[in-house]
Amino acid sequence: MTLTASMFLPILPEILLLLLAELVLVLDVSLPKAQRRNLGWVTAAGAGLIILISLAAMPGPGSSPEWGGMIRHDWMSFTFKMLFIFGAGITALFAMDYKRLVERGDFFALLLISTVGMAFMASAADLIMLYLAIETTSIPLYVLAGFFTDDKKSSEAGFKYLLFGAMTSAIMLYGFSLLYGFSGTTDLAMIAQSLTAEMSVPMIGSLLLVLVGFGFKVSAVPFHFWAPDVYEGSPTPVAGFLSTASKAAGFAVLVRFMLTVFPQMTEAWAPILASLAVATMTLGNLVALAQKNIKRLLAYSSIAHAGYVLIGVVAMASPDPEAAQLGVTSTIFYLVAYLVTNLAAFGIIAAFGRQAGSDDYTAYYGMSRRSPYLALAMMVAFLSLAGMPPFGGFVGKVFLFAAAIKANLIWLAVVGVLNSIVGLYYYLTILKYVFLYPSANPEEPLPINASNRLALIVLTVGIVVIGVIFGPWFGLAATAAAAIF
Amino acid sequence: MMDFIISNLLTLILFTPLLAVLVLILLPGEQKSLLRWTAFVLSLIPLLLSLVLWFEFDPNQAGFQFQYKLVWYSALNSSYHVGVDGISLSMVLLTTLLTPLAILASFTIEDRVKVYMALFFLLELGMLGVFLSLDLLLFFVFWEFGLVPMYFLINQWGSEKGEREVWGGAKMPARVYASFKFMVYTMAGSLGLLLAIQMIGGVAGTFDILELYQRWTSLNQPLFGIQIGAVKSIAFWAFAIAFAIKVPVWPFHTWLPDAHTEAPTAGSMILAGVLLKLGAYGFLRLVLPLYPYESKFFAGALAFLAVMAIIFGALAAYGQDDFKRLVAYSSVNHMGFVVLGIAAAAFAADTLDANIALSGAVLQMFNHGLSAAGMFFLVGVIYERTHTRNLNEMGGLFPLIPVYGGILIFTSMASLGLPGLNGFVSEFLVVRGSWPIFTLYTALAMIGLFFTGAYILKGIKQVLHGPLNEHWIGHVSEINARELMVIVPLMVLILAIGVWPSWILGVINNAAAALLAGL
Amino acid sequence: MQFPILSFIVFMPAVAGMLLLLIPADRKTEIRMAALAAGAFALILSIWVYFSYDVAAAGYQFIERYDWLPALGISYHVGVDGLSTPLVLLTGVVMFTGVLISWGIDDRPREFFAFLFILATGVFGVFVALDLFMLFFFYEIAVFPMYLLIAIWGWKVTREYAAMKLTLYLFIGSVVALVGALAMYFTSGLGTFDMLALENAGFSPEFQRLWFPFVFFGFAVLGGIFPFHNWSPDGHVAAPTAVSMFHAGVLMKLGAFAALRVGIMLLPEGAKFHMPWIILLTLVNVVYGAFIASVQSDFKYVIGFSSVSHMGLVSMGFATLNKEGMLGAGIQMFSHGVMTALFFAVVGMVYDQAHTREIPKLGGFRKVMPLVALAFIVGGLVSMGMPGFSGFIAEFPIFVGLWNAVPSHLFANYAWIAILAVLSIVITASYIIRIISKVFFGEIPEEFAGHVHDVNVLDKVALVFLSAILIIIGVYPDIMVPMVEQGVNNVLRLLGGA
Repeated sequence: MTLTASMFLPILPEILLLLLAELVLVLDVSLPKAQRRNLGWVTAAGAGLIILISLAAMPGPGSSPEWGGMIRHDWMSFTFKMLFIFGAGITALFAMDYKRLVERGDFFALLLISTVGMAFMASAADLIMLYLAIETTSIPLYVLAGFFTDDKKSSEAGFKYLLFGAMTSAIMLYGFSLLYGFSGTTDLAMIAQSLTAEMSVPMIGSLLLVLVGFGFKVSAVPFHFWAPDVYEGSPTPVAGFLSTASKAAGFAVLVRFMLTVFPQMTEAWAPILASLAVATMTLGNLVALAQKNIKRLLAYSSIAHAGYVLIGVVAMASPDPEAAQLGVTSTIFYLVAYLVTNLAAFGIIAAFGRQAGSDDYTAYYGMSRRSPYLALAMMVAFLSLAGMPPFGGFVGKVFLFAAAIKANLIWLAVVGVLNSIVGLYYYLTILKYVFLYPSANPEEPLPINASNRLALIVLTVGIVVIGVIFGPWFGLAATAAAAIF
Repeated sequence: MMDFIISNLLTLILFTPLLAVLVLILLPGEQKSLLRWTAFVLSLIPLLLSLVLWFEFDPNQAGFQFQYKLVWYSALNSSYHVGVDGISLSMVLLTTLLTPLAILASFTIEDRVKVYMALFFLLELGMLGVFLSLDLLLFFVFWEFGLVPMYFLINQWGSEKGEREVWGGAKMPARVYASFKFMVYTMAGSLGLLLAIQMIGGVAGTFDILELYQRWTSLNQPLFGIQIGAVKSIAFWAFAIAFAIKVPVWPFHTWLPDAHTEAPTAGSMILAGVLLKLGAYGFLRLVLPLYPYESKFFAGALAFLAVMAIIFGALAAYGQDDFKRLVAYSSVNHMGFVVLGIAAAAFAADTLDANIALSGAVLQMFNHGLSAAGMFFLVGVIYERTHTRNLNEMGGLFPLIPVYGGILIFTSMASLGLPGLNGFVSEFLVVRGSWPIFTLYTALAMIGLFFTGAYILKGIKQVLHGPLNEHWIGHVSEINARELMVIVPLMVLILAIGVWPSWILGVINNAAAALLAGL
Repeated sequence: MQFPILSFIVFMPAVAGMLLLLIPADRKTEIRMAALAAGAFALILSIWVYFSYDVAAAGYQFIERYDWLPALGISYHVGVDGLSTPLVLLTGVVMFTGVLISWGIDDRPREFFAFLFILATGVFGVFVALDLFMLFFFYEIAVFPMYLLIAIWGWKVTREYAAMKLTLYLFIGSVVALVGALAMYFTSGLGTFDMLALENAGFSPEFQRLWFPFVFFGFAVLGGIFPFHNWSPDGHVAAPTAVSMFHAGVLMKLGAFAALRVGIMLLPEGAKFHMPWIILLTLVNVVYGAFIASVQSDFKYVIGFSSVSHMGLVSMGFATLNKEGMLGAGIQMFSHGVMTALFFAVVGMVYDQAHTREIPKLGGFRKVMPLVALAFIVGGLVSMGMPGFSGFIAEFPIFVGLWNAVPSHLFANYAWIAILAVLSIVITASYIIRIISKVFFGEIPEEFAGHVHDVNVLDKVALVFLSAILIIIGVYPDIMVPMVEQGVNNVLRLLGGA
């Protein structure tokens, strides 16, 4: 096998990410401590640049196996990769506000390496590659979650994340090994060919085992226990990254894996995923109602959002190909909108929390008087999460429900609708604190860093753009979805 | 110029009051004298125009004259359609005559003269609209609209004394109570009318009264799954009750004593003089022609109510110690004759007796307008001097105010029905026409007439005769020139009709004959 | 290509709102001036639309259509017909007067006007939408600023509760309707959200009967239909004056209008099947609403419940499914919008001076604010359906519609509905008269003497403007009726009659 330049095109983003990570590490050593903060700019600018350069590596129609079938180069993987890189860049900008994060350059390096892992997750087409990608994603994230080594909560978060992650990946690996045992191959597409059409208990067993691993990544109930504690304890920008890019990566794997490996077994996994979706949405939303800490609230809300996305995944199991494709399309679209929105939400909390020194609800009283623009950004983000137009969340939800109805899953759409009402309640409650309640120290200004400002402007505009000019984004999602059918 | 006036005469009469309102709004509010005189002069314009109308009107021509039609509410097929016949002509004349007199009588009003006068013109607009409308929807528009200014006149300028206890023990000023009762009572009474109008218009597809005379009466299919006869009977009562409340016919009269008593003098004049006629006019213009069969069928019941109104109205009037209340109940009594005449005419439409009764009824409307307005004015005159309406506190005032006393006796006699004055002519015609048709009821009504004499004489005695209440010496002054200007035209007309009724009876009689011929 | 007036009118308020946010927060006078300019501009635009609508030509006019998401058949498709044109005008009127009477807002006026304008964009968007997706899009935009407007600037006692209740109610309604709309979209097989195409989709009667209640009630929640009217009085009372005006004046029409546009026009068979029993609910609205209003002691609650009653007449008119009824409902939407905006403006002005809305504690306000009293009287007369005012022009045909309604599988006639519903008129008259004589007449209570003052000239302009509209339509109904009639004819065409 000879290496040609064209072979590197499919992994161009990953290569560039690695190069960027190394550049960051080198600069980390060479720069004085006071200037290491600027590595955030480097990371963000690098991420932007990578996205631009990667446009040269745009895939064609269809899905081509590359690198001996290890990965697939298609619009699906490409779309997700761009999404992850965007998320990483934004997270870097948010992190710059945290002195204790940025005084060590390895923060950014770990962030980028984790992103490399995610990129491979989106494109992996082989069990081994997939497992490697998942671990490459997870291990830096364990470290990032516990990055404040002197903070007990952060350490606890990192450790907890590691324990849960290790356990679920072990279970998943067991599932992988079973699959390999049945089929004698690690290539996802070939596994599907060698699996018989009838369902057998071992097959369902391996399906369940694999779902445990994916469920952990997307924090679906009942594999969600880690999420609130980890989000609460870890540095806020990291929590934002965990709840968006990492979760999206989990869904990218879930969608590809289910469609590639188990296309014959939709009758088995569709009900399972449907019940997961219902449980995830409902539990996430109901528990979020009771939260007093805004990070925990967002943790539960992001669990609930995983539930919404699962609606799209379930619709993908429909025998009607149009409905199935709409299911994938809406899943991807929702993830795009959700990533931008939730990053904004966490970014605002990061910016505010660092100033206020608290993530308690009460700290948010009267925030709009201290910083009207931050409050407006928060309104945009939270209303988008609640599913209100003209923001991305609304369109995303409409597409998800449309997919469900198209797939004849009206009951699931109704459950989703009811849940979004619960969601609206607590998002509005937070906005009430922000806009309505008197602040303890109303005159104290809230300086927002240039990096935060840039990131928030990009995200807020993005939320509105996705919500209003949704055509191109839908087109992108539809292209991506078409690639894996 | 004259051509334009003639061809748009009714519209001009109808909307000159509105013009007057606009003029008044533009005048400064402090200059009360200016406002009063402007209002008075402006109110003479409709009177002049209706005099033109009177002389241009051809009494020998049947049907409606001076008709004017303009699409108003296209979707419902309703138009601004006005026209007069002899009946409405006499009512228009009455309205335009009483309005200037009422304004003249209101010169003593000091509070918010501008608004007060404007409300009077709006009231005139509403009343004229009812008399002139030949479209059912338009009729209702003006019918309801007239309530509003009257409500505010009573509520704001009514008598300041007195309290009424309402249920729950709370107390409210009597005028607030009276105006509320007037408004809600009349509106509630109109609900049936409103529903029936909606139904008729919806079924017939037009609101034009002249067309409805044909279409509605000729309808014979079942409606709403109910026999047409039943529908028509229900609609008949919906109309009849609304109008009966306005007249008012016993037992729907209870709003009247309160409203009359609490209203300002000029308000009472208009209320008794014109507003009550709206109800009777409704019977003539709508109930009889639209429901000839039902009218005949229920005429007995109506006549019974009318007789009750005559008798109980007279008895109640006799029982009052409040001069104004006494006059108020006298209206119930007198309007009873109007309804009696109408009922008789409806029962035997094709007879000469019916024609006589109906002409008598219309003339009685006109006459009562004159005498009741006069009586209320005279009550107002004495009240302004004594600040009481209690008959027991007056007495023996004749020597103090001989001119007033004479006028009061003259007007009372008109009310009583003294031959030679107008009341006699119309009541005689009603009784003469009704006797062959409803002999028993007419006989009972004659007994009511006896009580009429009793309460009128009671009023005169308590005010003018008997021992003089020393308290009033020096306080009660003679009637002044402005007040004479109000009462003298009324007295002239009272005498004119009493002595030579045919100038007006001719107009009325032809219209009545035409109306009956249509049944 | 003609000037895209409708797009302009839809987005102008939102853009104005965004621009307002760029003005420094402490320059309140400039903010107010800018807001007033935007409001006046919107009013002029809506008047322009109203008078350049060609009644003779009928149908949808000023149409603009751009692809939004062709893959799913979503388009940006706007146009107005005879039913929506008056509502566009209404929105312009209420927006303008709302800004006028909000001059006194001192707490973050910039955000207040910005949210109000975003709300206006949502409202305009719904009224002109000819695409189902777009309709929902703007519908939701109209709902959410409401929450903040009420919660932040509302009446301190109940604002949090009321704002949340309102938002959740409306959101639930809209998503229920959304599910119905998506079902329509997929079942039609046309792959389009375009309502003009869906009008001819030929849904099976079974489908229509199943989904009509979802769509109709989903929207009718915002129209205040019984038993889902509960949010509205609370919301009205808690909202700041301009928002109450917007809310009762325009937003409730949004619900009724959408219920008509999506429910009745797209699912006519469903409407025919369900309306006979829905009319009973509207009857409850009308009579019960009036009755509850008459026993309130809080001035604003009276008006709040009166809105429930009057909006019941709108639904009732629609439910007759005949020309007169729907014509009346169409006019009632406009008339009630202006009237209730006037009412809430008056309530706000009284409250600003007296700091209480308890009717027994008020009195004699005529003496300090004669024009406000006059305006309330005009509104009151409209409310009680007094001839000569727009309320009569609107309510009369609704009742005619009831008399003319064709027998259905449930009832042989609707005469008894008319007879019962008409009771509301006298109940309304009684409470309106009570308020007029208690609040505006009589003596000023001692604790207010010297403290209460007349309203400023901007308030007066707003009141005169609103009152004038009510009188003009009452006296000269044909300024609006033929237009609404055209819109109704289109609905009737879809219903298969006339």
